[in-house]
Amino acid sequence: MLRRVSQLAMLGLQDRIWTPGELNRHVRQLLEGDYRLQDLWVAGEIANLSQPASGHLYFSLTDGSANLRCVIWRSEAEGLARLPRDGEAVEVHGHLSVYEAGGQYQLYADRIRLAGEGELFQEFMRLKQKLEAEGLFDPARKRPLPRWPKRVGVVTSPTGAALRDVLNVLSRRYPLVEVVLSPTPVQGEAAPAAIAQALAALEACDVVLLVRGGGSMEDLWAFNTEQVVRAVAASRAPVVSGIGHETDVILADFAADRRAPTPSAAAEVATPDRQDLAVEIGELTRSLRRAWQGRRQALRQGLRETRAALAAQAPQARLAGARQRLDEMAGRTALSLRHRLSLSRAEVEALAQTLHAIGPLQVLGRGYALVRLSADGALVRSVGQVSPGADLQVQVSDGSFSAQATAVPTETSEG
Amino acid sequence: MSKPKAPDQLDFEQAFEELQALVRQLEQGELPLEDSLRLFERGQALATRCNQLLDEAELRLRKLAPDESGGYVEEDFQPEAE
Repeated sequence: MLRRVSQLAMLGLQDRIWTPGELNRHVRQLLEGDYRLQDLWVAGEIANLSQPASGHLYFSLTDGSANLRCVIWRSEAEGLARLPRDGEAVEVHGHLSVYEAGGQYQLYADRIRLAGEGELFQEFMRLKQKLEAEGLFDPARKRPLPRWPKRVGVVTSPTGAALRDVLNVLSRRYPLVEVVLSPTPVQGEAAPAAIAQALAALEACDVVLLVRGGGSMEDLWAFNTEQVVRAVAASRAPVVSGIGHETDVILADFAADRRAPTPSAAAEVATPDRQDLAVEIGELTRSLRRAWQGRRQALRQGLRETRAALAAQAPQARLAGARQRLDEMAGRTALSLRHRLSLSRAEVEALAQTLHAIGPLQVLGRGYALVRLSADGALVRSVGQVSPGADLQVQVSDGSFSAQATAVPTETSEG
Repeated sequence: MSKPKAPDQLDFEQAFEELQALVRQLEQGELPLEDSLRLFERGQALATRCNQLLDEAELRLRKLAPDESGGYVEEDFQPEAE
């Protein structure tokens, strides 16, 4: 019989025989393959809560007639704002799967909230859509934060940890500011109106921090009210919100000019850090010194060049130059003078020769004589010049001698 | 800039931004010696002023309190010690 079954199984004609482990794994895969079961909320009442030494939380969710096994791993349990208690009506978020060793399917929960919070969430979404449609969350409305705030408004509870955190951060980062606390209760029925009023009361601030420490969705609810959201949008100074924890999503955040995840982060976002500034000042000081030294060097170089140019223009230099030019000119003059002299000498010789050729000496050589009156040296050209007995000088080609006129004929006309 | 204030009259923002502007100006390197020296000396004084403000500053704390006429007055306040 057994042999026949296995033969049929080999032929694929017989149903498969499962082991419990195979079956549990298969069911687990089925559940995990259904996306609707992997991200769901279940509402119910907590029963049989236990937290053994492992730190994991085990409980059942019951609706009175049916039970659902639930587990919250220690890592998730540690992140819960508050531990659930037996009998509480809650909503639990998680995914469905199978504990294979026990053959039990259960909800592996990661979030848990009190039942009423689901309604709050609906209210939140409704209001968010309404204000969004009005343009209250429009990115174009967001104002830039000033780089150098002088007066920082803080809207929060005067006794909360949020204020302490903000003041710590501000005095560490940028203690140059004046902090103006506009105190207000941040939870409870009166909170929305009080927060809105505290925001409006701040004057002449460069930036406003709207902060509150972490809490349940109910604790933070005031910051989800229309009144507070509108007051944030209407603030004269840009608003930085830092409400609750990183994961909290708050309507006031959407209306704020800048959203920070926590109160401390809001203070950081709103101010420069003095350590960064000290570094920046150090760099500026170095740049300043470098620029000055560069400038001085450039000027010194310019000075050297100017001095050289100036030296070239100095009187001594100019005198020396002039002197040299003068020497050169004198040299040139002497040269040309000599040149001209030698030229003249040649001319004189030529002239002398010409003179010689046409001169009276040449004529005297031919036997003529020049006769002058001794008394005044006048050349005798006419007998009328000579009176009897007059002394005469007679010049012939090679010298002269004295003579005396002995007889003077009467003047005769010559032609 | 026509009549520069003494550095110790400036707040941090003024001193810091003037220092930045002045470094840029000096880096352009077109000023005569005397002006360059003046900028350099002023820059050093401004940096000193900035550091002094950062080192010595202490948070000033004020608090709004309602007055009789429905408005608010500002008063000094001390955070509660932990």
